[in-house]
Amino acid sequence: MSSTTPQPAVGRSVPRREGADKVAGRTRYTDDIAVQGAWYGKTVRSTLPKGRVRSIALDPAFDWGRVVVVTADDIPGENVVHLIRDDQPVLAPNEGEIRHREEPILLLAAPDRALLDDAAHHIRIEYETAEPVYTLDQATEVFSTIEIRKGEVPEDVEDVEAVVERTFQVGLQEQLYIEPQGAIAIPEPDGAIKVIGSLQCPYYVHRALKRALNLTDEQAIVVQAETGGGFGGKEEYPSIVAIHAALLARKAGRPVRLIYDRHEDLAATTKRHPGVIRHRTGVKKDGTLLFQDIEIVLDGGAYCTLTPVVFSRAAIHAAGAYSCPNVRIQARAAATNTPPNGAFRGFGAPQSLFAAELMVEHVAERLGMSSVDLRRKWMLRVGDTTATGQKLTESVGSELVLDAALKAASTVQPSNRPTVRRGRGLSLVFHGSGFTGSGEKKLQGTIALEALPDGTFRILTASTEIGQGTKTIFCQLAADALGVGLDQVVLAPQDTSLVPDSGPTVASRTAMIVGRLVQDAATALKQRLKREAPPLRVEKAYIQPDSVHWDETTYRGDAYPVYAWACTIVDVDVDTTTGEVHVTDLVTAVDCGKALHPVMAEGQIEGGSLQAVGWATIEEIKVKDGGYQNDRLATYLIPTALDAPRIRTILVENPYSRGPFGAKGIGELPMDGPAPAIIAAIHDATGVWLDEIPATPEKVLAALNGTRETGNGKQS
Amino acid sequence: MHDVTYLRPTDLKDAVRLYRSTPECRPLAGGTDLMVMLHAGTFRPAPRAVLDVWSIPELKGVRRTQGMLEIGAAESYTGMIRSRDAHEHAPALVAAARTIGAAQIQNRGTLGGNLANASPAGDTLPVLLAYDAVVVTDRRAIPIDQFFTGYRRTALQPDELIVAVRIPLGRHVAFRKVGTRAAQAISKVVMAVSRSPARVAIGSVAEVPLRAARAEAALARNDAAGAVGAVADDIRPINDVRSTAAYRRAVTQNVLRELLHAPPRP
Repeated sequence: MSSTTPQPAVGRSVPRREGADKVAGRTRYTDDIAVQGAWYGKTVRSTLPKGRVRSIALDPAFDWGRVVVVTADDIPGENVVHLIRDDQPVLAPNEGEIRHREEPILLLAAPDRALLDDAAHHIRIEYETAEPVYTLDQATEVFSTIEIRKGEVPEDVEDVEAVVERTFQVGLQEQLYIEPQGAIAIPEPDGAIKVIGSLQCPYYVHRALKRALNLTDEQAIVVQAETGGGFGGKEEYPSIVAIHAALLARKAGRPVRLIYDRHEDLAATTKRHPGVIRHRTGVKKDGTLLFQDIEIVLDGGAYCTLTPVVFSRAAIHAAGAYSCPNVRIQARAAATNTPPNGAFRGFGAPQSLFAAELMVEHVAERLGMSSVDLRRKWMLRVGDTTATGQKLTESVGSELVLDAALKAASTVQPSNRPTVRRGRGLSLVFHGSGFTGSGEKKLQGTIALEALPDGTFRILTASTEIGQGTKTIFCQLAADALGVGLDQVVLAPQDTSLVPDSGPTVASRTAMIVGRLVQDAATALKQRLKREAPPLRVEKAYIQPDSVHWDETTYRGDAYPVYAWACTIVDVDVDTTTGEVHVTDLVTAVDCGKALHPVMAEGQIEGGSLQAVGWATIEEIKVKDGGYQNDRLATYLIPTALDAPRIRTILVENPYSRGPFGAKGIGELPMDGPAPAIIAAIHDATGVWLDEIPATPEKVLAALNGTRETGNGKQS
Repeated sequence: MHDVTYLRPTDLKDAVRLYRSTPECRPLAGGTDLMVMLHAGTFRPAPRAVLDVWSIPELKGVRRTQGMLEIGAAESYTGMIRSRDAHEHAPALVAAARTIGAAQIQNRGTLGGNLANASPAGDTLPVLLAYDAVVVTDRRAIPIDQFFTGYRRTALQPDELIVAVRIPLGRHVAFRKVGTRAAQAISKVVMAVSRSPARVAIGSVAEVPLRAARAEAALARNDAAGAVGAVADDIRPINDVRSTAAYRRAVTQNVLRELLHAPPRP
């Protein structure tokens, strides 16, 4: 090693590891990977939302000689997509229940696509139909419930000076990663199966494959291909694609590629949970917050998937970034006969924070106060306790981000178009970084770091690059902790036969939790190198600090290691001719602890903010007969560059002692703030409250014309 | 799936001959509609042959002829956007072309294709109606207001090929498209309006791109407010995946009011 200290990498926007290949078009995503002799796979799905498979018949007149057909009978292990609850089958068996209209029933593989499509037309599935449930009002089956209690919420509100009640609704949202779902399964010697795919969590897929295909740890090999975006959409769903591809490959005795086209991806894969959130807030006339009574109902769709954890995060964030002595949060997730909903950036928090932030606006309006002043009065500060009773001890950036955003926002100029009204809205949010509660303790995510004889260092982790910068920041962290140049650090491929399980790439945990393990391993390795020579290997597993307490039965305690904070100010133009809402400016100040890579941190925040703008304004999924009507890119519209606001990001560095170099997770945070700020801005512009997103032009115009009652406030 | 014969004539004469002699043949210009429908299997009945007219010289170009602006049937939207003559004599058509798809679609999509596809949401179609354009085919000239005969149906004979579109000079037409987003959106309402002569042409509000007869009658009397009121009875909007009938009705009136600078509702 050289004796001069290299320039620190952390805090500098160094070139991204995989960036040049992506820009030059050299990157090979799953569908770009050529595999000799591979056949094409296809999923045959249900066409009805609820019922039972009565029979599956293959047309005897069709030549099935060059087609592989897989049914539930071909599953060597358990017919279960392993996740939280064992309710979702890999394939609906004969006589098995159909719970949504995209339910996979059988799989096909053939040497060419034309034959594959032809074969699909020669299958006859008979059903017994049953009465489906599409709405939360009708839903009777509940996946799980949570109750969070702090202090006592009064039923009788005589002593309370003002009580504001309001109901909010949020809609489905598609992740719309650029690369659709896909996997290639390759049979290997000794009964092993290798799956290469577009995915976030190699070990989720590994566990699911083992169980469904009855494989050992070594026989299931999962390799992440370079992945074109995930946003949670590739957290749990790739397990299904991988199992399906593996079943086909096993039966065909040859590699099989199962790549969804955009239509299938939109129609069948998981979406953000829609839901209804009711608030009842009691205050004094001076704005003092007395109690928050909150009810959350989320629609989980047909199967449990990650719903219990999604709505746990929703519940914990439901009171907002505020300190309240008396809180009751009652949450439940219900089942409907629509495709299962699942992980999506923010993981329930955007839904509940949307309601919490608009409640601040409604209370402020009721009291005739500025909502900014009310936020200052209510906001959590160091020493305050959250709804779960977590005492905040450090890195509480609420006031820092509020001040920074207010300072950066320019004054609003009125529009010069007579039909356009302009307005501004603000939101203040927090987002727990890392797994909820005891998640990290149970998982004990592990990484390894090797010193190689050639003087380089290799990081081994299952944490994936999905565009957010994992590959780059891990190398930055290791290089600085080792005191070596960035070019001396490399990253092993995300291949379960090579790397330990550092946990899923989710929950704003990768930089903060896994990144800290990388830093700690590098520090330990540096010490050992003083006495020992390479090759050396250090492993680090997450150890929960003794000071962290969480009780899963009562939902009391330290829900998250730390929180990241954001204040967002948006300006909107509302076109009164069409009801269209154009978000023109977005300023967001984010307490990220420490910006490990400022350009990528800003990129995360800009991308997340725009995703939230889409969710709040135009991204709409209409459900008809249990299926999504917006199942093509022509009908599921996200903002284009022309629709995007000018976004200014202010990174506030307010270090967290247990984060790597002080960093906190911020991957999901930017999804939380824009939606409520946009609704507040629409109100500022027009005087109309919409408590429902997406605020489509149809809803805005109806509200402006007063043709439909959108306000639903009951004030006592 | 079956095989499709691909025909690539080199000139108009050759194209007309091939098109008349090949059964179950469809013309292919930029392919922005046809290729999507063939891929999705929604083109029924599936054609046995396609006639690629993209490179036929007589079907290209924007020019002034016989006191009209003539646009070749296979001229791309980009070609119109870049044409000085189009900017000068049919600026509303240029405005419409700019709202269609992305740059890639504008490079391939054609006026002839928009007409032949006859989608009620075709963005250039209300503009052509407001200009009183004439559709020139291999055998005749069809006034645009006689061209659309039903949902995705036209006055073209099965073997009739669109050659060009002619637009009279000197008319001022205002245009506005309302979509879900600022670009790459299929219209919810698309409108082109001329005050003199009175033309109110609207897309996405009925099974065809239509001329609003009652609104035009009011406008001919110089009664802009009356036109805004009357237009609601001219249209037949529906609820679909893109929008609702109620929204389309309200926005049609609002956009017409805006384009006519009519006074706001009392």
